[in-house]
Amino acid sequence: MFAPPLIGVTIMANQIPHVDYLELGDKPHLVANECTSCGARFFDRRNACAKCFKNEFKKVPIATDGILKSFTIVAFAAPGVPVPFVAGIIDCAGTSVRGNVINTDPTPEKVSLGMKVRLATFSLGTDDEGSEAIGFGFEPA
Amino acid sequence: MASDDIWILGIAMTKFGKHSDKDIVDLGSEAAIAALADAGVTMDDIGILAAGNLMGASASFGQALQKQIGQTGIPVYNVANACATGATALRTAIMAVKAGEVKMGLAVGAEKLAGAGLLGGGGVSKKDGNKFEPRGRFGSVLPTDGRIGTDTMPGTFAQVGMEYGHKYGGVSFELFAKISEKNHAHSVLNPMAAYQKRFTLDEIMNDMMIAYPNTRPMCSANCDGAAAAVVTSGEVLRTLSKEQQRRAIKVSASVLTTDPYQEACQILPDVNTLTRNAAKLAYEQAGVSPSDLDLVELHDCFATAELVHYDNLMLCPEGGAVDFFMSGATWRDGSMPVNVSGGLESKGHPIAATGIANIWEVCHHLRNEAGDRQIKDAKVGLAHVIGLGSACGIHILERSGL
Ligand SMILES: [Zn+2]
Repeated sequence: MFAPPLIGVTIMANQIPHVDYLELGDKPHLVANECTSCGARFFDRRNACAKCFKNEFKKVPIATDGILKSFTIVAFAAPGVPVPFVAGIIDCAGTSVRGNVINTDPTPEKVSLGMKVRLATFSLGTDDEGSEAIGFGFEPA
Repeated sequence: MASDDIWILGIAMTKFGKHSDKDIVDLGSEAAIAALADAGVTMDDIGILAAGNLMGASASFGQALQKQIGQTGIPVYNVANACATGATALRTAIMAVKAGEVKMGLAVGAEKLAGAGLLGGGGVSKKDGNKFEPRGRFGSVLPTDGRIGTDTMPGTFAQVGMEYGHKYGGVSFELFAKISEKNHAHSVLNPMAAYQKRFTLDEIMNDMMIAYPNTRPMCSANCDGAAAAVVTSGEVLRTLSKEQQRRAIKVSASVLTTDPYQEACQILPDVNTLTRNAAKLAYEQAGVSPSDLDLVELHDCFATAELVHYDNLMLCPEGGAVDFFMSGATWRDGSMPVNVSGGLESKGHPIAATGIANIWEVCHHLRNEAGDRQIKDAKVGLAHVIGLGSACGIHILERSGL
């Protein structure tokens, strides 16, 4: 395939994660900032540890399989957010993760407390420069 | 001189609902003037004003209020603490009295929310052109609300209730709807409530779904309203009239907490630990146990929240909230009446007013002035609010023995 390069446009679509704690690649997974002192895990940038006040962190991978320990089916959301969708809290081998339950009907018949789920990624669209944003959710396992 | 016992000398609330002809200062003034009259004092007696209006937290609501009720030059503390703003204002006045700095304090909370839509949610959308650039503490290239869980209040509190179900079992859509059925049934007796309509269980379950399992009547009602209270020390109270002493309500505990670190608190706000901590401290301060309470006004911002607070306030054994509710205990004729005002689901939730209005409700019963909805011979009550972020205020109140 040949195409002349266009100014400001990357021909090969770059993939960019929705959030910086999503690591793409062959086996997409989440990473946390783990406090080297007490082991508390955070997904966002932290100035110091909320638990023990120390300020050294290391990156740790988070299990991609988990248990749905809470959820809601959101029918009303801010403008631009497609509804209904399932928002959930997933226990990934001891680390709690926030994410939507995807690839299933957003109904109480299909989604239940304690169900097994696993991380899955999907496209969130492409920007003007050809970068494709990749999001994550959890699908029934 | 510092005083250890604190009393509510006067307290008032406006009717909750839609007040389109009144601005926020009108509402605050109405409550403040009524609270001063109820206390039998004037602004000349007040040494500190603590005022809250969450939606206008950057404006000087307290100073604007003074100009309408009495501009005496006393210090004003404008407070903002999410849904615990009213309780925080009250506690600010209490601390000033307790420290011995002033003889009397006035706390006011007012809010105009009628017609406000969904609270929470949204987030920052992309600016300058269509280019993905990581922003904020999560380095996100697009808003996260709705794509990675939900930031909406109904959705957040739905998950709070469902998480309790995952931990202890026994929850269902129907169970949460039944909690709402109780509060709406209670509201019929409360003329101050924004909504006084009894719903059948079917009506509640078939109403518009907001965030499963919370349908519209299971969510707190956005409305306008204000509430205010005058507090003083026991030392001052003993110099006042017999009638003032008889109607005064003892503040046996006044506690404010924030959420301590817990494993999952960054994922789903933990509304449990800070409430439990506040409750423990409040029972200890007051020297009462949950079984001594004659009524409880707790923060039912959603039906799913009421369930977990039965447990957090230790009204039932740990993990036993479902059985406790199903026993009928929390209905007004039960062993532990909860939200006999109708709760936030029907009385309404004008944010900054809520944390004083729930205390007004308890005081009203302790003074034996609650009319049709009077809980007979009520001597001790508890008022609880929680604001996400989080802040929890708990007050334990007792009938005057003077
Ligand atoms: Zn740490």
